[in-house]
Amino acid sequence: MEALKLELKENIIEQLNLEDMTVADIGDDDMLFGDGLGLDSIDALELIVMLDKNYGIKLTDPKEGRHIFESVNTMAAYITEHRSK
Amino acid sequence: MTSNYHITSHCHIKNQTVSLNGVEVFHDDSELFPDFIKHVYKAFETKYPKFFKMDNLSKLAFLAADIILKNENLDTQKEQNIAIVFSNKAASLDTDRLHQEAIQNSSNYFPSPAVFVYTLPNICIGEISIKYKLFSENSFFIFDTLNAEHLASYSNSLLDMKKADKVLCGWVDFDENHYEAFLYLVAKNGKTAHSKEHITTLYNT
Repeated sequence: MEALKLELKENIIEQLNLEDMTVADIGDDDMLFGDGLGLDSIDALELIVMLDKNYGIKLTDPKEGRHIFESVNTMAAYITEHRSK
Repeated sequence: MTSNYHITSHCHIKNQTVSLNGVEVFHDDSELFPDFIKHVYKAFETKYPKFFKMDNLSKLAFLAADIILKNENLDTQKEQNIAIVFSNKAASLDTDRLHQEAIQNSSNYFPSPAVFVYTLPNICIGEISIKYKLFSENSFFIFDTLNAEHLASYSNSLLDMKKADKVLCGWVDFDENHYEAFLYLVAKNGKTAHSKEHITTLYNT
């Protein structure tokens, strides 16, 4: 699980172009949206594509994303349970 | 063509160099655009994290506009009545290609939403408008080369009809590491008359 969290942080920084941010700047429980990393709606769509591309998870209900993308912890837990690759 | 308006400032970004009002204010040896524009961003202390999410055309337009508008000492908390009239040759072709690469293989079909949103050239106007709270008129024209006559007459019309107090206009083009931004601000007062001839002269110097 720790390796997956690290991988997620690296992918989030790279895919979402979070310049000048390192994995050490993202806490496992930090809010990804709102007051946390300040991600926006396009970032949310990028995260949905990332789940599909990297882990074979297709989110069909956008409401699901609200909980899954709360933090790196919630993402890692969901991916561990649902990944197909 | 005579005009009651003036060019108050102009910025040119090309060949690894940034000029403001005809004076070179930044030069960098980076040959690749992403490196060069990142150095420009840092040199001018723009401090706008969303900059790194923009496509190449938007980064180029955003910084050229930012360099001009910073010089105007605008209150960024207040809405500004500044119209934007841009033009270029390649539209959003650079980003269009990126998107096309992502969708051409049906077995590896993962188009990026963050790329797709930039597959229109006028998105760069939106980026500038958000930063500087510009909610006025805007247009983006496609020409083979800088069309000074059209830009001048269109901008003058906006000012004549009181659609805006000022107009930020010019040329911003990006395609395959070839880049050029030539933006200028038109207002009632200033030293250089806003005319086709002066626009062309400033562009060519």
